[in-house]
Amino acid sequence: MNITTLLNAMPGACAQGLIWGIMAIGVYITYKILDLADLTVDGTMCTGGAVCIMMMLNGQSVGVSLLCAFLAGMLAGLVTGIFHTAMGIPAILAGILTQLGLYSVNLRIMMGKSNQALSVDKYNLLVSLRYVKGVPFYQNSIFVVMIFILVIIAALYWFFGTELGCSIRATGSNQNMSRAQGINTNTRKIIGLMLSNGIVALASGLYAQYQGFADVNMGRGAIVIGLAAVIIGQVVFGKIRGNFAFKLFAVALGAIIYYLVIQVVLWMGLNSNDLKLLSALVVAIFLAIPYMKGKYFAKGIRKGGSANA
Amino acid sequence: MLKITGVKKTFNAGTINEKAALRGLNLTLNEGDFVTVIGGNGAGKSTMLNAIAGVWPVDEGSIFIDDINVTKLPEHKRASYLGRVFQDPMTGTAASMMIEENLALAARRGARRGLRQGITNSEREEYKERLKILDLGLEERLTSKVGLLSGGQRQALTLLMATLKRPKVLLLDEHTAALDPKTAAKVLDATDRIVSKDNLTTIMITHNMKDAIVHGNRLVMMYEGRIIYDVAGEEKKSLKVSDLLAKFEQVSGGEFANDRMILA
Repeated sequence: MNITTLLNAMPGACAQGLIWGIMAIGVYITYKILDLADLTVDGTMCTGGAVCIMMMLNGQSVGVSLLCAFLAGMLAGLVTGIFHTAMGIPAILAGILTQLGLYSVNLRIMMGKSNQALSVDKYNLLVSLRYVKGVPFYQNSIFVVMIFILVIIAALYWFFGTELGCSIRATGSNQNMSRAQGINTNTRKIIGLMLSNGIVALASGLYAQYQGFADVNMGRGAIVIGLAAVIIGQVVFGKIRGNFAFKLFAVALGAIIYYLVIQVVLWMGLNSNDLKLLSALVVAIFLAIPYMKGKYFAKGIRKGGSANA
Repeated sequence: MLKITGVKKTFNAGTINEKAALRGLNLTLNEGDFVTVIGGNGAGKSTMLNAIAGVWPVDEGSIFIDDINVTKLPEHKRASYLGRVFQDPMTGTAASMMIEENLALAARRGARRGLRQGITNSEREEYKERLKILDLGLEERLTSKVGLLSGGQRQALTLLMATLKRPKVLLLDEHTAALDPKTAAKVLDATDRIVSKDNLTTIMITHNMKDAIVHGNRLVMMYEGRIIYDVAGEEKKSLKVSDLLAKFEQVSGGEFANDRMILA
């Protein structure tokens, strides 16, 4: 175990964590704001990359490619939204159906191949694992992704403060109340799902560039990583009172922490095949904490609690 | 103002749990009517309000609000004509949002929600003034999360939200039933003040017969999905709880003797 190996891996882990931070912000919109668990993202986390890589291979600029990745993600969200609202399928199942369908769609996008590579030498990429060290700071992937995150947070902060954004938050908070106040809860859910999946697909487009290829399996388990980031962000920074923008930023930081921890356990010798098992267990434990706190650790157990505790 | 004709609604039709909740309901409200509704459990009181609000489509009949046929309109579209307060204090407000945000949502009932600011500074001033009517000190807590309020405070806030934008009809579904007597009296008091100030056409369901007599200008009694007694004006004012009980006994053949309204 050489500590320099670990230190050398850190910038890469940061960049990767930040890209997944964008993805986790997308998950935050459905999981926290809309109160829906949307499993579509496992599919869109590949769709965005596939669209982005294929368009760049066909000579489109990186900007146009990322925009199209975003739009493709929104389309996937729309499908899940229609499954859920117009067809009355429970949200989790609707997401799983879209995700499954997307597997075929993603293969079609990638011309039937399960993997499409994009060489950083031949194309002008925004981010790449080659750009984390030894490049000017404005070219550094960590810097570039950070700019993306700040712009996305600013845009979401503005959007969820508008009349439309407020009505989406109200829908997630209380559907009965929302309808009584004249809000069409179905369209709000669809808008939220589209926005969320659009952001996830954008993250996917960046991630595919970063690793230099799009792979049909790159989205597998994405929801778990997204949830892990949301929960870690909440647990670590939850005590700090902050506005909505800060909460989104905490989610992105949560993703970085997740990747740094992963880097450390890999360095300590964990078989990378066991990584998904570890992720699943970690998320399960964090999800269980609020419930177990209430059930097994009743109030008053803390110092200064009531005397009869 | 509100005209309900021949409305029928059966739940779980064709199963053992089949329940004919409304069996040809007719009710016409005039502008400014404040109607109290009483009746036993399962008489169809809440079902009537839900039919007006459009929570689900009715099987038969029609509902007009101000000569507009709303029978086929979905719930969120009818909302522009209606103000609603529910029995459960949790139902009427968004707990994770601030008091001012809840009010701002209510102020836009029936309006297009676009990309303008969700709440403006001038609105905040207005809400402060409006909250003073409730006399609960909420005007100092505009940015508190609604989830931190008590049941009574939430119910009073819901009432304010329901009337912030003048509704054509105000629907109150036992909105004080879940509150302790003192808070209930306070919320009822606020109800009276707001309804009379804006001269709102109101339907109020209650299990408390005294309240049903004291409040409003008209009283209807429901039984098995229909209105069986409708009284207004002087005759209503002179009613006593014993009169209503006798009426219940008469229509139901004594079945109300065990009903919880007797405790009221």
